[in-house]
Amino acid sequence: MNARNIPYYLAGAITVLAAVAGQSAQAQSSTTATGDQPVFSVGPKFQQTAGEAIYRSLCQGCHMPQGEGAKGAGTYPSLARNKKLEAGGYAVYLVVNGQRGMPPFGEMMTDAQVAEVVNYVRTHFGNNFTDAVTAADVKQVRR
Amino acid sequence: MTHENTPAFTRRDLLNMIGTAAGGGAMYQAMTSLGFAAESNFSGPPQLAGAKKGSSVLILGAGLAGMVAALELRNAGYKVTILEYNQRAGGRCWSIRGGDTFTELGGGVQHCSFAKGEYFNAGPWRIPYHHHAVLHYCRQLGVALEPFVQVNYNAWVHSSTAYGGKPQRYRHVQADFQGHVSELLGKATRQGSLDSVLTQEDKEKLLEGLRRWGALDAEFRYRESIATSALRGYEIDPGGGLMPLAKPSRPLELSELLQSRLWRAIAAGQAYEFQSTMFQPVGGMDMIAKAFVRQVGHLIRYQARVTRIEQSERGVTVTFADEARGGALLQEKADWCLCTIPLSILSQIDIQVSAEMQAAINAVPYGSSIKVGLQFKRRFWEEDEHIYGGITYTDLPISRISYPSTRYGASGPAVVLGAYVFEGPNSFEFGAMAPEERVRRAVEYGNQIHPQYAREFDNGVSVAWYRVPGNHGCYGKWTDALRDRHYKALCQVDGRIALAGEHASHIPAWQEGAILSSLDAIRRLHARATA
Repeated sequence: MNARNIPYYLAGAITVLAAVAGQSAQAQSSTTATGDQPVFSVGPKFQQTAGEAIYRSLCQGCHMPQGEGAKGAGTYPSLARNKKLEAGGYAVYLVVNGQRGMPPFGEMMTDAQVAEVVNYVRTHFGNNFTDAVTAADVKQVRR
Repeated sequence: MTHENTPAFTRRDLLNMIGTAAGGGAMYQAMTSLGFAAESNFSGPPQLAGAKKGSSVLILGAGLAGMVAALELRNAGYKVTILEYNQRAGGRCWSIRGGDTFTELGGGVQHCSFAKGEYFNAGPWRIPYHHHAVLHYCRQLGVALEPFVQVNYNAWVHSSTAYGGKPQRYRHVQADFQGHVSELLGKATRQGSLDSVLTQEDKEKLLEGLRRWGALDAEFRYRESIATSALRGYEIDPGGGLMPLAKPSRPLELSELLQSRLWRAIAAGQAYEFQSTMFQPVGGMDMIAKAFVRQVGHLIRYQARVTRIEQSERGVTVTFADEARGGALLQEKADWCLCTIPLSILSQIDIQVSAEMQAAINAVPYGSSIKVGLQFKRRFWEEDEHIYGGITYTDLPISRISYPSTRYGASGPAVVLGAYVFEGPNSFEFGAMAPEERVRRAVEYGNQIHPQYAREFDNGVSVAWYRVPGNHGCYGKWTDALRDRHYKALCQVDGRIALAGEHASHIPAWQEGAILSSLDAIRRLHARATA
């Protein structure tokens, strides 16, 4: 028998050990420095609860780390110093329902998560809109 | 359908006669009414006879939809020009190889250092046997195909919360789920629980079928035995000479199997979309794009970013930024326009179409998808684990691992699809990471299934489709409600403009959808042009 020809049950045993080791590695690596915000969610809904963590796990994929947006054949709007964010309800509406190519996230987030990430964006990237939106505001926007 | 021993004048003769006299389109109509060909919406390339001499079509986008239109319209006698945003043709039909550099939105740059001959399909990667249009053009353009292994009974199905996180062989889960279900159904049948729906004769046949299908014993039990091992595999395989005797393997226990939810993975390959035989082009999916480029590449103007699409009674004018020359605005005019620009981008472009079509363009959100290609120093999945092609499924964020369906047994490095995630939080979470971090995470998670990862990993690349500059998303994500409201308006010929692409099809995210959409659009555009 070839040395590399490990019987599957032995390979499996090796895998068990690795999996156990891997799981603790996963538990470590899938949390940020703040400790309670997962890098990866389990299941069909986002599990990050803090506004910044939601932004880092989702929004920055298109709107980029500094909210600067991006330009290719089309454009991802910059969120930095964006006057459209003055109306908190507008941002809530976009996150819940999407717009054009942007998908709706209402079903993947709770009202509180939507409010958190909207408040984060409205108070960062050069935005300073201090009238925070609430989970109740988000609930009103949902249809 | 019978081919031999037919009467003197068959339906086939009739169809041939209609085809000769009236063209393929008429033959297709006749075939449909006679009950043939209904399974496919592809009836061969469109018959575009009678184009007006000198009439022109401007095609926006050199993906498969755009290039197939260019090929057919040029053959029909139209003057064709294609504007393409990228520096390459193919769109989502895209393979990445060693030496390629890719800059994603946000500025992340990746230099791929795969070994010679290795590749990673960033977009589509498999072709069902019933995607007749794709297969037709592969045949016509000389694209060599090979089998794509979708289902591999020896690959893994894995749940981080079942069996202590230990991956299970697909064949064990498949055979045991089938066997246990057969035993349960047999029990219910024999106890008379199904008497209201089955006759005595039905019951006998059902039991006979279950015994065979589930490898049940004489008492209709699914038990450790040579018979069940003939389905799920042995503890010790049969050998030769004086080798140890074959030893049966022990089935997974029913309740634990049910609770593991691993059965979710075994239904995937039974779907029409994934049934055998599936294909892939030898050498990478973009062999299809390259084959089209050999035909129509000279018609393509690259690095043209479309900014405005206007039409009048006399023709179409498209304004574009010439990105090769600092973005200077230029114009291209034609009699007709086929626009294959993804809606994620087209919805941001000033286009003169009806309010209904504009509403449709704006209505469709784009789906999320990420892929990671990993090169390993050797084919440990083949050498150590006897996995030749196919897909391992896992509940880890990477979702699946797919092994190369080609060059089995080759020595040296090989590339695995190390993560393929669409929709759901994990695809967005991967997409929000820098490209190197996606690769690092894919290696980290894959190592839980293949402990060889840590030692054998060489290099990798990743593509997050929201960050692909020419696409801004993976595919048009229709819902039934959106289709009801907008799909027909999207697919109309609007004055001198028609849209095409996977987003204008009922086969979203598949190349077949892009090609069928395009063929249907140019057929109707041609009808209007020759009316």
